[in-house]
Amino acid sequence: MNIPSQLRYAPSHEWVRKEADGTLTVGISDHAQEVLGDLVFIQLPEVGRTVKATQDCAVVESVKAAADVYAPVGGEVITVNQAVVDHPEQVNEDAYSAWLFKIKPNDPAQFEGLLDAAGYQAVVDASN
Amino acid sequence: MLRETPLHAWHVAHGAKMVDFGGWSMPLHYGSQMDEHTFVRQEAGLFDVSHMQVIDLHGENTRAFLRYLLANDVAKLTVPGKALYSCMLNPQAGVIDDLIVYFISDTHFRLVVNAGTAAKDIAWIQAQCAEFSQAPSVEVRSDVSLLAVQGPLAREIVWKAFGGIKAETENLKPFSAAFLGDGMIARTGYTGEDGFEIMLPDNKVVEAADQLMACGAHPCGLGSRDTLRLEAGMNLYGQDMDETTRPDASGLSWTLDLKSDRAFIGREALEAEKPEEQLVGLLLIGKGIMRAHQKVNTPYGVGEITSGTFSPTLRRSVALARLPHQVKIGDSVHVLIRDAEIEARIVKFPFVRNGKALIDVC
Repeated sequence: MNIPSQLRYAPSHEWVRKEADGTLTVGISDHAQEVLGDLVFIQLPEVGRTVKATQDCAVVESVKAAADVYAPVGGEVITVNQAVVDHPEQVNEDAYSAWLFKIKPNDPAQFEGLLDAAGYQAVVDASN
Repeated sequence: MLRETPLHAWHVAHGAKMVDFGGWSMPLHYGSQMDEHTFVRQEAGLFDVSHMQVIDLHGENTRAFLRYLLANDVAKLTVPGKALYSCMLNPQAGVIDDLIVYFISDTHFRLVVNAGTAAKDIAWIQAQCAEFSQAPSVEVRSDVSLLAVQGPLAREIVWKAFGGIKAETENLKPFSAAFLGDGMIARTGYTGEDGFEIMLPDNKVVEAADQLMACGAHPCGLGSRDTLRLEAGMNLYGQDMDETTRPDASGLSWTLDLKSDRAFIGREALEAEKPEEQLVGLLLIGKGIMRAHQKVNTPYGVGEITSGTFSPTLRRSVALARLPHQVKIGDSVHVLIRDAEIEARIVKFPFVRNGKALIDVC
């Protein structure tokens, strides 16, 4: 299973990448896509929506199951990836390039509170 | 402790993700449920369905007993090998199980019942036998495995894999079986595609699966089996019907044989009143995916999705739903998906048969 070390993670299986301008890019982990199986439907938050940390704000559905995606930090949704809405299978193909949405965080320190790769690996191991 | 079929190690060796299905450890998929679905629609898939229970009934009175036990009428079975789909009802006309019954000889019939209900079915059948004059003997088979090979190429692959059986099976009509030595091969299935279901001794099933795979059948799990059967408009016991629902509120009126004055369990309740509900097909017009237990708002009251999924063939969400009896094909209804009411249309099912869409998704 692929857990890139340069990313941060939420225990609810989102990955988070900090961009140069301080915004955060969010997707679901390789482990999450593997558990869900072939994704066929993705619903993303509205751009401009304010979300709180751990609030559900997107939905990913595979043939067999639906799963909520939670905001890893609080902030404003500034853009969403329409390409994965049109082609949900992109998340199965490469979960770390097929991002879902970008957040402008309210409190940059929240990012530092997310799990690192080893911490997320432990979450995955515990769920197996 | 989950039960395992004789193919358990074979599944694991072929990369299956194993899951608990009715107390059995069964393959969900071998990598991609979607690819497996497409294999069956376009080529051929191989399913291990050995968790299903084979029950043989023996004795002079077997036909009379089954005419009492089952809601469909085994009097229709006059040629050895012919099969019939039926519900087994309780006195309230609730569905104890759905099954296939095969006519082997006047003193031998075979039932194939669902895995999750097998223990309950056996107990029910034995209880009915206890009160039936000169009842048949009940033989619960624990020595046989079942394989389903399904898809447009399925029959050719089976003939290639097992040399010498083509002559005896190429003229089999749908819902008919041939008996070959210690095995049985039937032109039946649960996918909406042509193909065979093969019953054979446990000690021959690994070799048979290897041969079928070598001849081009793709291993397929229960995940694709579920989307295939739903596209094909076939009910899943425990989801689309159970002991609290009647066949005629479950899309299964066609399986009720009320023509003769035959007495069968559940008949009085069936004839005492008409059902208030019906099982219909739904096509989602708006965005999302319908799932079991979502509420459906109609002008005549609220109903519920019994099975829903994304249809890989139609690239849209389809469902079976139990709705008020007044709704009609073409009506617009609304499905409650999370907090939103999403439009859906009542459509005929099956949705897909023999690789072709049967409904207009525009």
